[in-house]
Amino acid sequence: MPRLVVMPNSTEQVQKAMRLCRRYRVPVVVRGAGTGLSGGALPHPDGVLLSLTRLTQLLEIDPEARLARVQPGVRNLEISEACDAFGLFYAPDPSSQIACSIGGNVAENAGGVHCLKYGLTVHNVLQVTVVTVDGEIITVGSGGLDSAGPDLMALIIGSEGMLGVVTEVTVRLLPKPSHCQVVLASFADVESAGDAVSAVIAGGIIPAGFEMMDNNAVRAAEAFAEAGYDTEAAALLLCELDGSAGEVQDGIGKVVNVFEQHGATSVRVSQDEAERDLYWKGRKSAFPAIGRISADYYCMDGTIPRRMLSRVLRGISELSTEFGLRVANVFHAGDGNMHPLILFDESKPGELDKAEAFGAKILELCVEVGGCITGEHGVGVEKLKQMLIQFDAPELALLNGIKDAWDPEGLLNPGKGVPTLKRCQEYRSL
Amino acid sequence: MTTLARLKDQVRNAASNSEPLCIVGGNSKRHLGREPTGTPIEVSHYSGIVDYQPTELVVSARAGTAVSELQQTLAEKNQMLACDPPEFDGKATIGGALACNQSGPSRPWYGSIRDYVLGVRLINGKGEHLRFGGQVMKNVAGYDVSRLQAGAMGTYGLLTEISLKVWPKPESSITVRRNTDASDAIRVMSEISMTPAPLTGACWYDGNMYLRLSGPGAVIEAAASGLTGERLVDDTAFWTSLRDQTLPFFSETPDLWRFSLRSTSAHVNSHDDWLIDWGGAQRWLAGQHDRAELEGVAASANGEVTRIRGGDQSAERLPSLSDSKRELLIRLKQAFDPARVFNPGRLYGWM
Repeated sequence: MPRLVVMPNSTEQVQKAMRLCRRYRVPVVVRGAGTGLSGGALPHPDGVLLSLTRLTQLLEIDPEARLARVQPGVRNLEISEACDAFGLFYAPDPSSQIACSIGGNVAENAGGVHCLKYGLTVHNVLQVTVVTVDGEIITVGSGGLDSAGPDLMALIIGSEGMLGVVTEVTVRLLPKPSHCQVVLASFADVESAGDAVSAVIAGGIIPAGFEMMDNNAVRAAEAFAEAGYDTEAAALLLCELDGSAGEVQDGIGKVVNVFEQHGATSVRVSQDEAERDLYWKGRKSAFPAIGRISADYYCMDGTIPRRMLSRVLRGISELSTEFGLRVANVFHAGDGNMHPLILFDESKPGELDKAEAFGAKILELCVEVGGCITGEHGVGVEKLKQMLIQFDAPELALLNGIKDAWDPEGLLNPGKGVPTLKRCQEYRSL
Repeated sequence: MTTLARLKDQVRNAASNSEPLCIVGGNSKRHLGREPTGTPIEVSHYSGIVDYQPTELVVSARAGTAVSELQQTLAEKNQMLACDPPEFDGKATIGGALACNQSGPSRPWYGSIRDYVLGVRLINGKGEHLRFGGQVMKNVAGYDVSRLQAGAMGTYGLLTEISLKVWPKPESSITVRRNTDASDAIRVMSEISMTPAPLTGACWYDGNMYLRLSGPGAVIEAAASGLTGERLVDDTAFWTSLRDQTLPFFSETPDLWRFSLRSTSAHVNSHDDWLIDWGGAQRWLAGQHDRAELEGVAASANGEVTRIRGGDQSAERLPSLSDSKRELLIRLKQAFDPARVFNPGRLYGWM
């Protein structure tokens, strides 16, 4: 629980709150919709929780310049809904897009299922207004496509509320593609599915979405969503293409071909929007579906080079046996971001600890094969220890130096994102 | 001693002697920023592709690798650096392209070089070789030090290795040229940009608007059929000369300014010599002008202006900053380069 919750109505009120907190050296945790998955917005017991849920105005939509200027409390999906009439959309679509706010998306550099083609938040934001720990306003980015000098906007995006308070965001809007189709394919083994993914990309096709699920995830999703998934499949691929009618038709033909060549046991192509929605429904409800077959689950977020997929899945399976916990794998196959879901039951003594230890091992494995500990969920409080696997001491010192440059007294979101040098020493001595 | 070890050594020595270093790659962008000062530290020898995984859409190259060489290697697999940085007669290096955040005419649709960066290795001001980001598409561990380097012009570290996302090369392109004035061009370019047309270039120069479409033959034919104007026979030559600034507009003036602003901003000072690129978001102005006056023009269009060439190179050339932003940049410099060895004064006189 925080000591105090502050709910500003304007940038000016955010500035006032920050000046007071700075003056009295009060820790500040900024919070948006609270949908984060790494505990990045957990309140500080002695601090202020700065809730931005009242900053919900869509300030401007400029369809000709293809941009929208919004306050941080605006929900992700709201932006696409507001510019739909102009044939435009905002591309990043995290699973929580109905609820999550754009301020939080900026803080976490949120992704979604369309990242390979359309990028993450960092690729879709043009300008951000930040209130510093001193209550000063700094604008990063520009009204154009870039600004001269070091890219401070890149530093703010994904900084997990550690550097400043985002009070206004200008996002880039894209024209909606006229056509969209998805291919659903089953494979008898994970290796073939992985090879099929590589072959599609080697063929010069960039799918709008490219997802893989293993058998445990397929079974859970099918039981929940009745999407028509093949529950015998060892791996299931969903490959969505968008663009003009000609482009999509041409691409779908190529994808079907590649899947068949790689031994797909069944291939289906969506024939209308209802069918496309149905195929996606299974994938999009994978997390709640797992929630039905297990009392609790722990969602991991490592990213790996795709060619390491078989090795990593084998490793996860061995760990699953070792820890005696089941795991279901959901994988953004296009961009290498994996979400292994570890199934456990918190009411059983020791299982939570076991699940956390299992998760830590998975992240170590991701780093070992050349990947990273978090693709889109952030470090938060959850992966502070794993930051020591990802970075060496001089690298962590530099990250802490960046923090000091923005927030010398460490008032913003203390204890999150980047382990302090003191914490690093504690972890290392364990 | 390896090239890398020599580079680290040179930085460490410079730091202990408080001796400024001037980072040099292909020396094709010497005119950018303020006057380079300090002992040259040559990065062009530290070159070559370290790893290229076409099916992962990732290439890693040492910073001294020529952009042109990188593009050639990627082209063998029908891939490219889609941000298309200027090659400047084969001299431009990938490190320099990132440090100066340089992207070609396709930037509004394909993204900038900063958008394609997945990770970097750099030598900080203490001579430590550090790695940030990596070779994967999604990575939010730690602050985004890699992309921060875009535009830093080496002041926040010496880039040694860069991993970039690569993209399939489009099968073909069509460019349509239409005689029109700048205001009409800005209007047409933004109208087309609102549609899903496969646009990859939109500029206005010398009384003509140029629109490029890229993709499979049938797709771009269909899209081009709706555009009035004549088709260029060799469109690659045109877009290359725009990218590498060899058009007479660039080569005939010693004084060059660059505006980055909202793409739909009205055309102003139409009696002056302008080239409009990036569908309106990047505008070049040739000739002698007063910096303060141009900053006023830029501010009213929600943008900023940088002096690219000409005038006194010891004066400020980048956009003016607020006091709080200036202090922040200085404090960040302290984190990366406490002895201030890298390119002092290159971005701003005060840093």
